[in-house]
Amino acid sequence: MASKKPQKADDSSGGSSGKKPDADQLVGFYKEMLLIRRFEERAGQLYGMGLIGGFCHLYIGQEAVVVGLQACAKPGDSVVTSYRDHGHMLACGMDPKGVMAELTGRAGGYSRGKGGSMHMFSREKGFYGGHGIVGAQVPIGTGLGFAHQYKGDGGLCMAYMGDGAFNQGQVYESLNMASLWDLPVLYVVENNKYGMGTSVERASATTELAERGKAYNVKNMSVDGMDVIAVRDAGLEAVEYIRAGKGPVLMEAKTYRYRGHSMSDPAKYRTKEELNKMRAEHDPIDHLRQTLIEMKALTEEDFKAIDKDIKDVVMAAAEFSQQSPEPDPKELWTDILVA
Amino acid sequence: MTTMNMAQALNSAMDTMLARDPNVVIFGEDVGYFGGVFRCTADLQQKHGVDRVFDTPVAEGGILAMAVGMGVYGLRPVAEIQFADYIYPAIDQLVSEAARLRYRSGGEFSAPLTVRAPSGGGIFGGQTHSQSPEALFTHVCGLKTVIPSNPYDAKGLLISAIEDDDPVVFFEPKRLYNGPFDGHHERPVQPWAKYPASEVPEGYYSVPLGKAAIVRRGSDVTVVAYGTMVHVAVAAAEMTGIDAEVIDLRTLVPLDIDTIVASVKKTGRCVIVHEATRTSGFGAELSALIQENCFYHLESKIERVTGWDTPYPLAFEWDYFPGPDRVAKALRRTMEP
Ligand SMILES: Cc1ncc(C[n+]2csc(CCOP(=O)(O)OP(=O)(O)O)c2C)c(N)n1
Ligand SMILES: [Mg+2]
Repeated sequence: MASKKPQKADDSSGGSSGKKPDADQLVGFYKEMLLIRRFEERAGQLYGMGLIGGFCHLYIGQEAVVVGLQACAKPGDSVVTSYRDHGHMLACGMDPKGVMAELTGRAGGYSRGKGGSMHMFSREKGFYGGHGIVGAQVPIGTGLGFAHQYKGDGGLCMAYMGDGAFNQGQVYESLNMASLWDLPVLYVVENNKYGMGTSVERASATTELAERGKAYNVKNMSVDGMDVIAVRDAGLEAVEYIRAGKGPVLMEAKTYRYRGHSMSDPAKYRTKEELNKMRAEHDPIDHLRQTLIEMKALTEEDFKAIDKDIKDVVMAAAEFSQQSPEPDPKELWTDILVA
Repeated sequence: MTTMNMAQALNSAMDTMLARDPNVVIFGEDVGYFGGVFRCTADLQQKHGVDRVFDTPVAEGGILAMAVGMGVYGLRPVAEIQFADYIYPAIDQLVSEAARLRYRSGGEFSAPLTVRAPSGGGIFGGQTHSQSPEALFTHVCGLKTVIPSNPYDAKGLLISAIEDDDPVVFFEPKRLYNGPFDGHHERPVQPWAKYPASEVPEGYYSVPLGKAAIVRRGSDVTVVAYGTMVHVAVAAAEMTGIDAEVIDLRTLVPLDIDTIVASVKKTGRCVIVHEATRTSGFGAELSALIQENCFYHLESKIERVTGWDTPYPLAFEWDYFPGPDRVAKALRRTMEP
């Protein structure tokens, strides 16, 4: 019997649609990325002050990925990701106050203090969670895609994972099913080069990660995840393909995490030089700032005003996360079963 | 003798076995180059080479499945699952393959693998980094389940586990790596160095599987505990002044029922303590066995002090944790005439 459908094209250059970016949208990207960065810096400080306990995985360096891709989402789409989830929640429009208050384990947090940094959700914003178990969110994303298709609501699921997660077996079960049933899912591998202390080269037999999609007849793309415009362009192409009912897309975004894996990370696995070079030459925020200056889209004054606005938002979130009360211990026994 | 904390003692066990038996191989996520999140495998790769101590991708199902095949063919795989909470993707391989191979091959094959995994709470890890899933494994015939409570035992038990011809699940209470945490979280944890159990021989020795230890002799009531809860139980006994006999099971399966029965027959009372959730926890099995074996000796009902039947919470860590106050209350209840 002939194969069900023709082999799908792959586009390993990604994001070459060449559409001229519009200045307003870019300013929006700049603000969103800066908000994530400042939010994460503040979270790091609160952790240092002992106000956040346990685990806390910062997204600093990777901002362009989620900001560029969420710009391609429509209301009604769903998002699911790993424990490195603060940036995704902010990019989905969740309230920084509620996110920060979950980090401090307070009643005002998105999970009312029961989830912590890795486990937050918002039905309103279509955010189906941070997930602490590496890879577990990927088949959940496949199921969300199935539900979008079944209900015929035109939505799709953005399912994010790391390069480390990309070696979990359930990812491949997912790709197979999504391709078999042409599910509307954009699988995004945020390749930040390391899964904890193990580099991609030491963990993955093939390092052009998106190409694994070929084995499942899934359209694959690879994009510079430090360039928000490239990510947005690639995202638009992917989303158009998915919404046309052609099936899932697997996209690798090559990016970099500046901070440690979680809050205690001796960073023996990489050199200071590597990190400094990335920051100096590929920082997604500096890069966009430069573009905006060249486009004469924003003046020095404008940048200052943006800085200040974002500082205020983050300050307010940090403030709220300390003012919000500790949850009532009775909450320990609620939300286990429906009643 | 050298003074070791529990992580160092476990390291020493693996070091010793790597040196003694060329079939021993150690692997898991970040265990090789980095030496493990809790440093239990520090320097072993440098010393014994990357062929024998190596990093794997994040793929728990694959890690333990591979260990089965390696073990069947004569190796002695020691796989680390970085946190006990990550073991679930590998349960199928443990339950359907590792545990059942001996039986279904009529005794011809077995999978002598050891799975090491840090378990338990106390580090604000929330629901995905704090669980105590031991009862799931004790429910599976064909597996052995071990939980040490101090450095000396940890090394000796791990050596026995590696040498054992059956699959062994070895949970390491992560709160005990650096010191004997007794549940008084408001006080600083004392380092192991202050305790005799940190005196650990450098070379080979073993502590047999299936043998409990009596860590505190007493005559009023028997407390059955394992892992972190051993220290909590001792602290509770001291708080109340009740003369409790505290038994550290060390191995859940095979269980040293004789030691438990002898003690309960002597005291006539029993409190069972574990951090894991209550319903279908290992305490339920213990309670049933004690009732079956000591019915005519019991002078009060058997008490269980356990974690609540909730996911491990982030914000309520110390409300969840069955600390010395809760154990003390149970001790007092059981002493009521
Ligand atoms: C099933 C499971 N195994 C292991 C872990 C421990 N762990 C947490 S993050 C991580 C590395 C994941 O790396 P990657 O997917 O690249 O994501 P990144 O942290 O780089 O965002 C590991 C091994 C876990 N949380 N869940
Ligand atoms: Mg990574």
